[in-house]
Amino acid sequence: MRKRPSLSLRRRLCNNGAAAALWASALLCCALLLFLTGYIFYQGLPGISWDFLTGAESILQGTAGILPAIVNTLYVLLLSLAIALPLGAGAAIYLTEYARNRRLVEAVEFAAEILSGIPSILYALVGMILFCTVLRLQKTLLAGSLTLAIMILPTILRTTQESLKAVPRSYREGALGLGAGQWRMIRTVVLPSAADGIASGCILAAGRVAGESAVLMYTAGLSTVMQDFSTVEGLMKASGSTLTVALYVYAKERADFAAAFAVAAVLLALAALLNLAAGMTAGKVKERKGTCRIWQKKQSSARRS
Amino acid sequence: MAEKAILSAKKLNFYYGTVQALKDISIRIPANQITAFIGPSGCGKSTFLRAINRMSDLVPDTHVTGSLTFHGQEIYDPLLDVTALRRRIGMVFQKPNPFPMSIYDNVAYGPRTHGVRSHARLDELVEQSLRAAAIWDEVKDRLRKSAMGLSGGQQQRLCIARALAVRPEVLLMDEATSALDPISTARIEELTLELREQYTIVMVTHNMQQAARISDQTAFFLTGELVEMGNTERLFSMPHYKRTEDYITGRFG
Repeated sequence: MRKRPSLSLRRRLCNNGAAAALWASALLCCALLLFLTGYIFYQGLPGISWDFLTGAESILQGTAGILPAIVNTLYVLLLSLAIALPLGAGAAIYLTEYARNRRLVEAVEFAAEILSGIPSILYALVGMILFCTVLRLQKTLLAGSLTLAIMILPTILRTTQESLKAVPRSYREGALGLGAGQWRMIRTVVLPSAADGIASGCILAAGRVAGESAVLMYTAGLSTVMQDFSTVEGLMKASGSTLTVALYVYAKERADFAAAFAVAAVLLALAALLNLAAGMTAGKVKERKGTCRIWQKKQSSARRS
Repeated sequence: MAEKAILSAKKLNFYYGTVQALKDISIRIPANQITAFIGPSGCGKSTFLRAINRMSDLVPDTHVTGSLTFHGQEIYDPLLDVTALRRRIGMVFQKPNPFPMSIYDNVAYGPRTHGVRSHARLDELVEQSLRAAAIWDEVKDRLRKSAMGLSGGQQQRLCIARALAVRPEVLLMDEATSALDPISTARIEELTLELREQYTIVMVTHNMQQAARISDQTAFFLTGELVEMGNTERLFSMPHYKRTEDYITGRFG
């Protein structure tokens, strides 16, 4: 066997230098992330108690609590998804399965790509003017949810489209070849195959909603008082802060950093939960279809937001 | 030809955009026989097969001139109910394409599509179809398991069962064995011969031995034209045209 020629000194220097630089940047990133997470939990965890999670804030009684913020977050999360999912998924089905005009489809896809990347404060501005003022909804969770629904619409549209496109053509041919109509084919064969992908798109959108603050500050109000959700009117008129907005209120307006960090820790846990859920459903898609296209797409859009 | 033709084309032309894929095809396909289409890639045989049950509609920007009839009725009549046509003319594809559902649901898909709701009736149809496709014994104990767990050859027989479950009159087989190993291929060929009793079978094949082994009629296509069609034995032993002889003796293609 021939001996492997030794590398020249210069090449070795380059090689080792590059490896060291890459190692250092990886280390720095990890250290930063660990520090940030650790710091938030270190500052936040002491402030979290059962009373804090299940109580409401009252200046008269001197209590602090984030239950209203948790309820508001859930309300905004559910309502915005309930609006955006049927709309976005419906549009995606039309565009991938029915639309014959390639130009139109490309134009919509292009617009959706751009819309999913623009800063959320632009949605906030438009939502404030359109929903709060023109449609007279005032600063309410309803107006906030509507604005957020518009904000996540492009994400849901694109992820649904990608999942539909990943359904093999042979499934469609099989169904049509048996005499199924187009809607039956979509309902019984295409949608079930795409369901995992659509679900993980929704979870990503939910992550964006849960993490959003600018839009809600503009459109949903800052109150930290428990709202009445028991009547339709109450649901329409409820206004207040979600977890992210509550964090802003505690830190910036009350200078109550202990509470702010406690909220931050709760948010971090929520984000971790949503990411895990997205990873799990996307992992299922990958396993079943033997393709990681959707998952990669999700990863890149997750990184963007 | 003395036999009754179930499918017949007269001066059929088929275009993908401006590209003409079929040129003046005139053919009569007899009932209850196996008709094989042979020819090199791109000769139009698959296009013609897919025109028969209008699967060609899935490709945008195509058009058809001339006449193609099934029991005398124009297949390209704009008023024709395509789903009803496809129920009567079933198809088996090149790559096995079971749906990602249970074996039972795969076979029941067609009948359910066409309105069969009764459990007893569905059970009966599923069993009959799986038996007819010679796969019943292999799957009867795992009907509720996913069809994706079957081998390629089993999946293809399942797809045949799925096609049979809607009781078609014609079965189109688009290179149905080209993705399978020789043993699975042999089983499907044997099955095809059995099915001839009840169905009219039209198959596209790249495998000339296969056409010679199992078909009654063979049609040879070349560059969008039908060169000649006739009794398989006669066509392979005494082709009328030089081009047919060159192809079947392996001089090109």
